Amino acid sequence: MTFIGLAQIALVFVLALAAAVPLGRYMAALFSSDAAGDASLVRRIEGGLYRLAGVDPAREQGWLAYTLSMLVFSGFGFASLYVILRVQALLPWNPQGFDNLSPDLAFNTAISFLTNTNWQAYSGETTMSHFSQMVGLAVHNFLSAATGIALALAITRAFARSNVATLGNFWVDMVRTTLFLLLPLSFALAFAFVALGVPQTMVGFVDAATLEGAKQTLALGPMASQEAIKQLGTNGGGFFNANSTHPFENPGALSNALQIWAMLVVSTALPIAFGRMVGLPRQGYALLAAMGVLLIAAVLVVYGAEASGNPLLTQLGLDPSQGNMEGKEVRFGQAMSAMFVAVTTGLSCGAVNAMHDALTPLGGFVPMFLIQLGEVLPGGVGSGLYGMIVFAILAVFVAGLMVGRTPEFMGKKIEAREMKLVMLAVLILPLVILGFSAVSAMLPAALASLANAGPHGLSELLYAYSSAAGNNGSAFASLNANTPWFNVTTGISMALGRFGYVVPVMAMAGSLAGKTRAPASAGTFPTDGPLFIGLLVGVILILGGLQFFPALALGPIVEHVLMLAGKTF
Amino acid sequence: MLQHIRPALVLLFVLTALTGVAYPLAVTGVAQMAFPEQANGSLVKRDGAVIGSALIGQNFTSPRYFHGRPSATSATDPNDATRTVDAPYNAANSSGANLGPTSQKLIDRVKNAAEAWRAAVGAGQIPGDALTTSASGLDPHISPESALAQSASVARARGLPGGRVRALVAEHIERPLLGLIGEPRVNVLGLNLALDRLGST
Repeated sequence: MTFIGLAQIALVFVLALAAAVPLGRYMAALFSSDAAGDASLVRRIEGGLYRLAGVDPAREQGWLAYTLSMLVFSGFGFASLYVILRVQALLPWNPQGFDNLSPDLAFNTAISFLTNTNWQAYSGETTMSHFSQMVGLAVHNFLSAATGIALALAITRAFARSNVATLGNFWVDMVRTTLFLLLPLSFALAFAFVALGVPQTMVGFVDAATLEGAKQTLALGPMASQEAIKQLGTNGGGFFNANSTHPFENPGALSNALQIWAMLVVSTALPIAFGRMVGLPRQGYALLAAMGVLLIAAVLVVYGAEASGNPLLTQLGLDPSQGNMEGKEVRFGQAMSAMFVAVTTGLSCGAVNAMHDALTPLGGFVPMFLIQLGEVLPGGVGSGLYGMIVFAILAVFVAGLMVGRTPEFMGKKIEAREMKLVMLAVLILPLVILGFSAVSAMLPAALASLANAGPHGLSELLYAYSSAAGNNGSAFASLNANTPWFNVTTGISMALGRFGYVVPVMAMAGSLAGKTRAPASAGTFPTDGPLFIGLLVGVILILGGLQFFPALALGPIVEHVLMLAGKTF
Repeated sequence: MLQHIRPALVLLFVLTALTGVAYPLAVTGVAQMAFPEQANGSLVKRDGAVIGSALIGQNFTSPRYFHGRPSATSATDPNDATRTVDAPYNAANSSGANLGPTSQKLIDRVKNAAEAWRAAVGAGQIPGDALTTSASGLDPHISPESALAQSASVARARGLPGGRVRALVAEHIERPLLGLIGEPRVNVLGLNLALDRLGST
């Protein structure tokens, strides 16, 4: 670890927070405004769209209608993406003449982009036409992000309101997020990326004759436009197989810093918007503080582990002063690689600027654990906020048990019905991750996909299902995941991780919206101070630890001990 | 259920047209006008022919050139489409090696590469980036330590004075922006191009 390295990390965090504060205020204003009447520019632009779609923007939906709208919209999105991928050979903008995707790969990829996971079982530059990248994948980078934010808004309204049956209108929330938040930010970011060297062209590949006279084929395409929303929407599905490690996707240190900033900014702004929308700005910052404490700690652990290098390679004569450079790029260095690793998994992004498979055991332990914690640091756009609210409810429940009072969160009583729904949601993750990992660890067909032996092999399996169920999308990428078994099971994991989690949470929101918001009294446990932040951090760590430590002990933790003992596989 | 179908279909279609067609094409149009160089891949030309991209590493094997980092990219075997063969710096199929830290394959690979490095470059500690594969397999940079270590053997192969080549490396070291953002690095293609120019004058 160097001072310059730490300073770079601090700078990007500060710039993300500095942008998130005004962005959070803007979002609170955008989504609080009365849906009817008024002839502002926003109203006029979206008005025509609602008439065409047959949506009355003034008519709000209850939790069930809101959730059904979301599910129907996602269902059609899945179908259209699946069809595009299955017939891409017949579609335009396919300069390399790529073939159609196989049914299992198209199924996996369609679910992956629908659920904001962006797990890449395919290799972008050898599989996807420009049409599939733009009209297929990039569209769902926008829409899955907008869907996540819409859900977070509905859940926010459950706390902001008192005695109501409705949580807003899904179509209005989704359209506004796309048109007035994601699109403008993406345009600006895409131009910045092009200026920094990310290609943006509709031509196919270019052949070069290298200095030594060999032929090198350079894969080009419309990358900058996709890169922008990939980071902003915490999607993470890259144009290339190598994702943001590729010099075209991420040409230098500046573009790298911008990518980390872009991943963080919307998810950081959401708790701030939440605080303002519920009328308790301090509450938003309290949630953000808990996220920040854990995320900064995670960055430092990865940085420390990677900067100290791999002792097995040092023994062979490699200078350890650069740290573990296997699977990393020279232009990013250890500090900004470590920051990317922790942020992409603390969020539910899944873009990578270093190969997670090649991280040291402890460096690889952190991203896996962050995903298993539920990706709430600060989490995916939308999903991070509602995931954190679920943890906050668990925290006040634990506090309530300790003092024997009915727990309250922001004036809403948390009762048996809410707790049942919360538990239903949080148990999805361990069920899917540990269940599928355990089955795969016993199936010869699944084990044939492993490329590393010993504890690292188990880590590969565990990481794959964590990433899928957590809707992250990063991988210990030597696992050959493009097989029918992995395509189908990770596809199911992604769908359960997204919809199996959010449907009970929406039901809980519906139940909370109908309750009276009680004013704080002398007996209320304040949920915006250091005591609550500490409790929240503790609940997140204990819950994640109890669920996943036994499995992690057999993977990265034992591998670390064996590495120090000089054992290889 | 029916009341959800019309908005879903209409909005999916309109937003697809907007975010999947209009947005990327608009960005392409503006990018091609404002930043044609970058938008087309920062291509490097010599005597009118494209010799590569300033951003993408190349596979150098001759002792007359500085070598980039080991690359783990592969290509389809021309004789058997179901298999792959090693093809370092294949810019149409980016990939890392993805070997875990305790992988025997990784240890063996680095051990062999270390012997080859000592034979070509000389004894002493080997820079950390020199024998480890990059994440993309296309890393265009090496560390200044790696470039300086290689300069003596490159000078020998070219019959140039060692000091001349070392000075060239020093000129090509890129520093962090404002002394803060980024890492010190050397672009291998840029350095080798300069080396060729040095030889022809």
